[in-house]
Amino acid sequence: MPEPTITLNVSRYRPPDERVPTSQVYTIPYRPDWVVLDALNYIKDQVDGSLSFRWSCRMGVCGSCGMMINGEAKLTCSVFLRDYHPREILVEPLENFPVIKDLVIDMSDFLDKLKIVKPWIIRETEKPTSEGEYLQTPEEMDAYMGFSACINCLLCYAACPIFGVETDFIGPAALALGYRYNQDSRDEGSNMRWNVINDHHGTWQCTFVGECSVVCPKDVDPAAAIQRLKVDTAKHWIRSVLLPWGKRA
Amino acid sequence: MPTSVTHDILIIGGGGAGLRAAIAAAEHSAKLSIGIVSKVYPMRSHTVSAEGGAAGVMRDNDSLDQHAKDTIFGADFLADQDAVEILVNEAPGELIQIEHWGCPWSRDPDGRISVRSFGGMSVDRTVYAADKTGFHMLHTLFQTSLKYESIHRYDECFVTSILADDGKARGVTFINMYSGQVQLITAKAVIICTGGCGRIFPFTTNASIKSGDGMALAYRSGVPLKDMEFVQYHPTGMPGTGILITEASRGEGGWLVNKDGYRYLQDYGLGPPTDTPVHRKMELGPRDILSRCHMQEFQKGRTFEGPYGHYVHLDLRHIGEAVIDSKLPFVRELSRNYLGIDPVYEPIPVRPVVHYMMGGIHTDADGKTPMDGLFAAGETACVSVNGANRLGSNSLTELLVFGARAGRAAAQYAEQEPAGPSQPLDALAGDEQRRLEQQYFRKEGGKVRISEIRDAMQHAMEEGVGVYRNEEDLLKTCQTLRDLRHRFSDIRIEDKTDIFNTERTTVLELDYMLDLAEAIANSALQRKESRGSHTRTDYPDRDDENFLKHTMVLRTPEGPKIEYAPVTITRWQPEERKY
Repeated sequence: MPEPTITLNVSRYRPPDERVPTSQVYTIPYRPDWVVLDALNYIKDQVDGSLSFRWSCRMGVCGSCGMMINGEAKLTCSVFLRDYHPREILVEPLENFPVIKDLVIDMSDFLDKLKIVKPWIIRETEKPTSEGEYLQTPEEMDAYMGFSACINCLLCYAACPIFGVETDFIGPAALALGYRYNQDSRDEGSNMRWNVINDHHGTWQCTFVGECSVVCPKDVDPAAAIQRLKVDTAKHWIRSVLLPWGKRA
Repeated sequence: MPTSVTHDILIIGGGGAGLRAAIAAAEHSAKLSIGIVSKVYPMRSHTVSAEGGAAGVMRDNDSLDQHAKDTIFGADFLADQDAVEILVNEAPGELIQIEHWGCPWSRDPDGRISVRSFGGMSVDRTVYAADKTGFHMLHTLFQTSLKYESIHRYDECFVTSILADDGKARGVTFINMYSGQVQLITAKAVIICTGGCGRIFPFTTNASIKSGDGMALAYRSGVPLKDMEFVQYHPTGMPGTGILITEASRGEGGWLVNKDGYRYLQDYGLGPPTDTPVHRKMELGPRDILSRCHMQEFQKGRTFEGPYGHYVHLDLRHIGEAVIDSKLPFVRELSRNYLGIDPVYEPIPVRPVVHYMMGGIHTDADGKTPMDGLFAAGETACVSVNGANRLGSNSLTELLVFGARAGRAAAQYAEQEPAGPSQPLDALAGDEQRRLEQQYFRKEGGKVRISEIRDAMQHAMEEGVGVYRNEEDLLKTCQTLRDLRHRFSDIRIEDKTDIFNTERTTVLELDYMLDLAEAIANSALQRKESRGSHTRTDYPDRDDENFLKHTMVLRTPEGPKIEYAPVTITRWQPEERKY
């Protein structure tokens, strides 16, 4: 019996010689316990060394290997060939991003967005480490822990229809991270994040499609974070109008 | 001519150690300009995969001396005891510091940082963030690093050489992946924080990026690599993929059983078996011993046999769903995704897997290497605190403590160095650019696939430098590696484009790994004793008289040259290592 095979239709783009992406078809041995990333590595090792893609941990935590698999944003280390075989698998770079080469997208814009939400603990006064930790109960942790699980894989940006047409939108992962720090009992910096989060590129661009939460491989639920940020922002605004002399939440 | 920028301090690698060093240098002085050059975005670094926790004395029932003693004993007395004391003394402060920066350590009901049991530790002292400790530490450090305007990043830039001026490290050359151009950064001090090199072996927990780049860069600069023969096999990796199942699963009470359902560790002096875990006993024994026990069970025919070789079972069922979900959620997620097994209801197949390099770039406790201006910290360095066998949860602590120390030491060094090198480094960088172009970028007509040499190297390492070693196999491996080095010159590079050419970096990584493989195999060949993770069937005993000393391997045109250096013994005299 001939060895079973599987066909991958892979997006190729090699500037400066190529001005537009093309696709290349590879038919390779089929192994039911391989993930799509294993198939890409087989191609790179045995068939075509010029195919470029990012990967590292191959255990779903480094966030490097996100791609479009049959049109859906996926971590290629976490989807199995057996879920597609004997159908062909279409492998494309993450949507909504400029492509650098083949399956490698330009994510530098996301790094800038990460920074503007100030994803670090902000405090008026720092306790010296010699005085020990900031106490935080498990219940207080629950307020932010789920939102701290983001691996920056950018699947949510690839799935977000708003980001697709308005690339200035800060977007799901970065806004969820801002919310994560706002919710942390150790943090006193939410006032310093409002102007960014409330900016016209912030939460108010989100129309709550919710695709970001659907594709998230770590159940971060950025859609919920953005909705809660809207509520918090509205409260903040009402307080600042009604109680201009009062303490701003 | 390569384009050039200048920083006071240049850090290679943006993982846990590199980011901690950067923050330490930035906090030391806002006037210092700091560069981080990394072949991946920092949050992709392999620190992200660490699961179980970071050790430090956090409670009144513990003491610094006890942590030091456990570490030295675990290291089979090859650790430098003054360095170990620094590690344990500074660990609590570092663990609190990263908490202040936002690291979500798991907490007790009263809000204090929780601690858990870990292998070889005599007290609960491992601080953790569920079983995604490395992930949370890395993201906390990365996000915190964003607030320092003095830290400049060069993401996805692959370092190809360290440039020296008058014997001092003064910069690096790197390939900018976006353009393919060779560029130059000059600096007064360079810190290497590139992690380990598990990818030299075929079966490893390590990510694809772990090719030991920094170790090879230092080695090529004439800096000795220390104790490279000590390769840690983690006893519980998934067959096939090598994905790590954290030691915390045993700290929380998991059992290792053979195909007869028998907790076999009791047959190897680690008993008696108890229902609830006892420190340093049974499944909480150290990793080197547990990995050897597995191999002996295999030889006795008492392991399971599967498509990816022999394995045993890690049984978590008795721990219960609530504990698994609160303390080991990642273990459940990984088991379900990659094995189709739910550990709440089924045992997890596991086997020993290459995990960590105890050895690395020879440094002192401030991260200084013998080359002026060159520092190193984290897994890439060998201080040495891990000796012949690292205890689980000491490495995340090590990258914080020694990352910070290296950052501060490099900052002080940079403040005293004159502004520029005595001569421009552009000429050296130009030479490096020509070397890369001739050997790789414009190379025509090679016949051998990259993967062919890499697979042969990995196979040779497993054959000769696995859990058990002997002279005959080691000699064979050393010969194979020499042959592979010759064949490497006939390598074929298909991709001739410049932009994001990952075939070029793959071949450069293989070049680094071949150097390190030879260093490891030759160091192992010369150490004619068994100590910690280095087990010679032809020399089964520890030999303090002849080998209570660090191996130092130097790169020469004739191949690796082995020398030795003394171990620092202060308060803990060597004794027999029994658990």
